[in-house]
Amino acid sequence: MNTLRIRTPEGVQFSLMLASPVTRGLALAIDLACISLVVSVLGVFLPIIGVISSDLANAIYVLSYFFISISYGILCEWLWHGQTLGKKILRLQVVDAQGLKLQFSQIVMRNLIRFVDCLPGFYLLGGMVCFLNGRVQRLGDFAAGTVVIQQSQLFQPNLDQVLPGKFNSFRKHPHLIARLRQSVPTALADLALQALLRRDQFDPAARVEIFSAIAAQFRTLVEFPENEVRDLPDEQYLRNVVDILFCNDKAVL
Amino acid sequence: MIIDIEKFITQERSYWSELEKSLEGLETDFGAQLSLSEIKRFHYLYGRTASDLARLTTFSTEPNLRRYLESLVARAYGQLHESRGRQVRFKPLQWFFTDFPQTFRRHWIAFVMSTALLLGGSLFGGLSMRFDPEAKSTLMPFDHLMQTPAERVASEQKPQHADRLAGRKSSFSSFLITNNTRVSILTLALGVTCGIGTAILLFSNGVMLGAVCVDYIVGGQSVFLAGWLLPHGSIEIPSILIAGQGGFILAHALIGYGSSLSMTSRLRAILPDLTNLIFGVAVLLIWAGIIEAFFSQYHEPVIPYWVKITFGSIQLLLLTLFLMRSGVAPTSSGAKS
Repeated sequence: MNTLRIRTPEGVQFSLMLASPVTRGLALAIDLACISLVVSVLGVFLPIIGVISSDLANAIYVLSYFFISISYGILCEWLWHGQTLGKKILRLQVVDAQGLKLQFSQIVMRNLIRFVDCLPGFYLLGGMVCFLNGRVQRLGDFAAGTVVIQQSQLFQPNLDQVLPGKFNSFRKHPHLIARLRQSVPTALADLALQALLRRDQFDPAARVEIFSAIAAQFRTLVEFPENEVRDLPDEQYLRNVVDILFCNDKAVL
Repeated sequence: MIIDIEKFITQERSYWSELEKSLEGLETDFGAQLSLSEIKRFHYLYGRTASDLARLTTFSTEPNLRRYLESLVARAYGQLHESRGRQVRFKPLQWFFTDFPQTFRRHWIAFVMSTALLLGGSLFGGLSMRFDPEAKSTLMPFDHLMQTPAERVASEQKPQHADRLAGRKSSFSSFLITNNTRVSILTLALGVTCGIGTAILLFSNGVMLGAVCVDYIVGGQSVFLAGWLLPHGSIEIPSILIAGQGGFILAHALIGYGSSLSMTSRLRAILPDLTNLIFGVAVLLIWAGIIEAFFSQYHEPVIPYWVKITFGSIQLLLLTLFLMRSGVAPTSSGAKS
């Protein structure tokens, strides 16, 4: 997936995941459905106004349809910080391409230039530009200096699941712990942590296989005494290792 | 080296939560003003969270936590480093009578270009009509313009046509407003094609306008033409020209001729001006739509032509004065001295 990397003047780098054209198309479809729904609801009330004047009712319908279809994107993105209903559902968000605060004028322009993106029909021009552009920007985004990002699900890691505070027999061997910390590659440690965090997402057979493969990697780094690892399932072996690597008061921050 | 995530989170969580709460406040309240101490605190929290993100990136990778911190840093970065004018509460009257005409004057060259293209198109359309009347159906693809001017004037002045829009004036007005606004938005938006699309649209509109004018003038119906077009055209045509002006401003920002700024900076600089112009155009077109449906379509004997021509001329004069003078800061002789 494409990412937009922004480096702050403080030297910190953060990345934003860019939304794919297909996801954006789906969000657009939801938004169009919303606009149609709102206009249909409005159409239900028109006969009431039509009792007073059918001419007035028609005028209200034409103006409302136009206003809703133009202002839906502008108002939603302004009030919901770069999101319409479709974008909210699919966790997309319009943001400034330089990571700055999204301005009202940017929202207006990206929505108005949609008129050109639609040409010659079915968003053909905008869609093609999206596919060709490295930042997945349509013409409106390009002119307004915006990008559409895929929001991450934000939650802090559930460490309790990994580290339940049980007795860890490996801690009886501080010299082996030191050797393990010294030799373990960061990527392998992360792999073990992630495997445990996602334990419940694995198929039981696959889980056994994955834990076995990762534990085997750790066993090549350090050999704990036979009496400590005998009859110890691979999953528990990994829990002990992760406990040592990630939860140590003396770990370097 | 592996980070102690549990300890790390326990130590830093309160700072992240505080930053998140501040961000929610700033993002929700558009007019929020922070005191100096609050700004200092916010900056400290941003710095601390950015530092946490840097440490996490260096020592370990816990994707969820990193994404969470990246999100916080990104949001705070946007708040802190935004140097463009802070958004203030919208004042419609001040915007219409000050910001809109000031924006128009700031980019007068683009307006001249827009006008020149429309006039060029009109000249082409007019000359084509004069020397090749057979091309009328191509130059003016509208059924109601296919009859001769004399026939149309005779038809419009019949008593039974006095109120041919009876019962559909509002619908007609709303149709005109939406159609003209749509065309204006497209004219401006086509600036993204480096102005080529804007130029084509203005020129083609000019061709139709020129052809209609010459057709009626040659047909001896100049007064009818002026009475028909001036009341709404005196607003509608300048509106399209202003939309074209917006298109050329956008095109200039894309091309960047004569500017040392980057394209991103150029585009950022003109976006508020484009917004002012297109909203100004929308307001003008609402007025033009009402006038066209409720006034322009009535001819003698219902409304004398001199009334319509006078009305249109005064309107054009007022619009010119509005665009040229409204929002000009009064010069104070005392201040000068």
